[in-house]
Amino acid sequence: MTVEMEFFVDPHRCIGCHACEHACAECETHKGNSMIHIEYVERSTSVQTVPVVCMHCDSPTCADVCPADAIKRSADGRVMTARKPRCIACSNCVLACPFGVPKMMTELELMMKCDMCFDRTSTGRKPMCATVCPSGALYFDTREEVELRRKRSRSSNEFRFGDQIVTTKVNMMVPRERTESHLDVTAAMHERPTSGLISLNILSNEPVAVESPS
Amino acid sequence: MVTEAQMTPELLAKFGPLRAYQSGERLDTSVDPDRIVKTHCCFCGQQCGIQLKVKGNSVIGFEPWTDFPFNKGMLCPKGIRRYLQNSHHDRLTAAHFRDPTRPDGFRAVPYTNAIARVASEIQRIQSTYGNDAFGVLGGASMTTEKCYLLGKFARVCLKTRYIDYNGRLCMVSAGVGNKKAFGIDRAGNPTSDIPLADVIWIGGANVAECAPITTSYIWEARENGARIINVDPRITPLARTCDLVLPIKPGRDAALYAGILHLMIENDWLDHDFIENHTVGFDVVAASVKDWNPRKTAEVTGIAEKAIRQAAEWWGTAKTSYLMHARGMEQHSHGVINVLSAINIVLASGRIGRPGCGYSTITGQGNGQGGREHGQKADQLPGARDIENPEHRKHIAAIWDIREEELPHAGVDCYELLRKVETGEIRGLLCWSFNPFVSLPDSDFVRRMLEKLEFFVCIDFFLSETCRFADVILPGSQHEEDEGTVCSTEGRVIKINKAVDPPGDAKPDWRILQDIAQALGREHGFTFENPRAIFEELRRASAGGIADYSGITYEKIESRYGVFWPCPATDRDGKPIDHPGTPRLFEPGSWNPVAKGAGPFYFPDGKAHFNVASYAPPTEDVDADYPVILTTGRTVNMFLSGNQTRRIGPLVDQYPDPLLELHPVLAQKHGIVDKDWVTVESRRGALTVQCQVVTTIRPDVVFVPYHWGGAKSVNRVTISAQDPISKIPEYKVCAVRICKAEEPEYTKRLESQQ
Repeated sequence: MTVEMEFFVDPHRCIGCHACEHACAECETHKGNSMIHIEYVERSTSVQTVPVVCMHCDSPTCADVCPADAIKRSADGRVMTARKPRCIACSNCVLACPFGVPKMMTELELMMKCDMCFDRTSTGRKPMCATVCPSGALYFDTREEVELRRKRSRSSNEFRFGDQIVTTKVNMMVPRERTESHLDVTAAMHERPTSGLISLNILSNEPVAVESPS
Repeated sequence: MVTEAQMTPELLAKFGPLRAYQSGERLDTSVDPDRIVKTHCCFCGQQCGIQLKVKGNSVIGFEPWTDFPFNKGMLCPKGIRRYLQNSHHDRLTAAHFRDPTRPDGFRAVPYTNAIARVASEIQRIQSTYGNDAFGVLGGASMTTEKCYLLGKFARVCLKTRYIDYNGRLCMVSAGVGNKKAFGIDRAGNPTSDIPLADVIWIGGANVAECAPITTSYIWEARENGARIINVDPRITPLARTCDLVLPIKPGRDAALYAGILHLMIENDWLDHDFIENHTVGFDVVAASVKDWNPRKTAEVTGIAEKAIRQAAEWWGTAKTSYLMHARGMEQHSHGVINVLSAINIVLASGRIGRPGCGYSTITGQGNGQGGREHGQKADQLPGARDIENPEHRKHIAAIWDIREEELPHAGVDCYELLRKVETGEIRGLLCWSFNPFVSLPDSDFVRRMLEKLEFFVCIDFFLSETCRFADVILPGSQHEEDEGTVCSTEGRVIKINKAVDPPGDAKPDWRILQDIAQALGREHGFTFENPRAIFEELRRASAGGIADYSGITYEKIESRYGVFWPCPATDRDGKPIDHPGTPRLFEPGSWNPVAKGAGPFYFPDGKAHFNVASYAPPTEDVDADYPVILTTGRTVNMFLSGNQTRRIGPLVDQYPDPLLELHPVLAQKHGIVDKDWVTVESRRGALTVQCQVVTTIRPDVVFVPYHWGGAKSVNRVTISAQDPISKIPEYKVCAVRICKAEEPEYTKRLESQQ
């Protein structure tokens, strides 16, 4: 019996190259459209980027709010693209997803989203984005392998949005020393991406002369 | 006289650059490929393994190649979308003559007519002005077979000394530095040594955007507990989470490394045993850094003193380490000095030639390594031989079946080659897979030199900005249309496999060279049937040289996922052996043909050389008129002059136009806000682009990427100052002034990629 592989996201490693989006748009079942995206946190002060894939919630909000019952979970816990005959293109799911994942394909009148490469994983391959990612920010392997190879972080799959608690099939890597079991996303949204490295304030004790043109 | 074809709507409609997107068979989910071809990416020096999906005579997609050990399926955006350059609307599928009377500027002609005209112009120019009046410019994106043949073509067929290549903009400072310190021009270690290091020092390398896959090796090291030190005037994506950023003022690298070595000596963070037994020159270098105390180092480099002390301590006390650098410290008028200064801290640590103890430069171009080893560099013959060494000349002359006296001597670098157009010494030029009008500094000078030529012929597969000056364009082949070898940044020789045939009249470039040779009546030595036959001659030519390929075969490459040179065919007694290749150089006890057992380095005494590397400021420092430093570099979606990547729609869309990055402090002084148009002006030219106001750059520096041509080319502004030894241009620092501007007129006329 094969050991189950899981999906791990580590924004700490992300270099914002967009390889994941490009590769996703080359996937067999949705050529031309990427189901995932990269977000810049605050480009004016940081080059930090975050790759956003479907987190595959245990109790998916997108499915909960779907009036047509078009969004289904697979037996192994993947939340699938809306079923074409049922989807009424109302965009409830797009608005409700706490992670901002589903996309309304207006011309198809269909919500499409990341299904963790059902086509590839069912033939023994890893999801496309996690295969190409040059930084390992998107990673697909066994939990044992992750624990062996990612010594400075650990995984978490519980997210809080105010009072809403969401647990997911996809894991987020967090610093190993972090004590909270969950990630408080609402609180994180109010944080600014600050660090001594990002703001170049390393220069502050060495003033840099910048002259205006005369 | 040469004239530039203007970018008319007719020229754009015929030659582009237009953006290709997925369409037809490339978008149809029901289409299966006929076959899958294992090959490599056509872009940077990492040469990632990739599988191309082929249908008919078109590449329709890609599939990761997870077995290839360097990248294990990983790819950056350029690799993923590289297939869209194939079957492209803009593809040159016929030979063309410049025709100023036509609105599109060029007239398609039969291939044989074009070859005949090229041959007759070469003959006319050489018989009138002498053989050296015809020069050759080569490119390092081509296979080693093609680069080898171009070098042979220039020297044996054209009998000209004037050949050089675009690796002059890329690898030469590192090459010279490596030869001076180690006696060999190759990365010391395979990338697999990176994760084993305790400290990783990255000097002037935007790894995440220019060599993205190497990021995974660095992050793996960090997971193992390594500390990462990053020297760069910008917070690049890799620098963001590094342990220590040293935000250096551009052009001050040698000062930083002198300061680090000073602290290593002061604190006795030295490997005395290694210095004593395996190096020469330490005492002189130690004396030369005596004055570089942390205070002075901080003043010159603009880096806080405590950060310098921290970096020196981490580096000095590490058990294992890996130092890598790239164009950030190499593209300077003191590029070689900078490289040598960095090597000095490696040698002082003694951490080289062992697992987890490494040093390398990161190659920029696809075949930046192989492209210079075998003969298109002005001063080099195959096997990384010296064109002025009588023994080396004799060996190559014998392989090429000419007398040693017939072999031309060293020429000049590619920029000096253009200066010889100004003096009238060079009248005709063949330019091959090189886009100097975009990629060389001070492009106004380049334009004047191209216009002064009596005859200009280009071999390319897209009409580059430089091709628009050509009297004759010969349609060459794309990466996927021919086979051959390249040498990756690691020193790994790998195999490029053919996926499709060149379309129309387009030909493999080696065949074009042979057709010219035949038309000149000088076909002796230019009758190869295929790339393999060229490789077999290259193996013999390289045998006994430092870059020894004689034990490498296409079969060995394929069965071992590449072979690291040196890989001789015989042992030191001349007995045939099956050599496995040499992933790691300078291992204790290793043998090489120069030291012959005296030591692991490639000098007769087997010892590495410390070199005095005295700091001097950049050629053009800031002053009251031009008070800001301009530095240039790459973005992750684009490659070199953009002649390929500006035709791939999804890559263009990711970062469509060059943006000037500047710090809010500098922006505020000039009343500039985010997304304003800004003019950046030097003594040579000006450029107006939109800006991005970010705190991730030094407040005294502005950055503009260089992948665009025409009005958007930052090389209108850069300086043509060059390193006196390596001749690399100083792209990384010149003096400019900036001001807020109006939106330029070109935005209404041209698309981003044009």
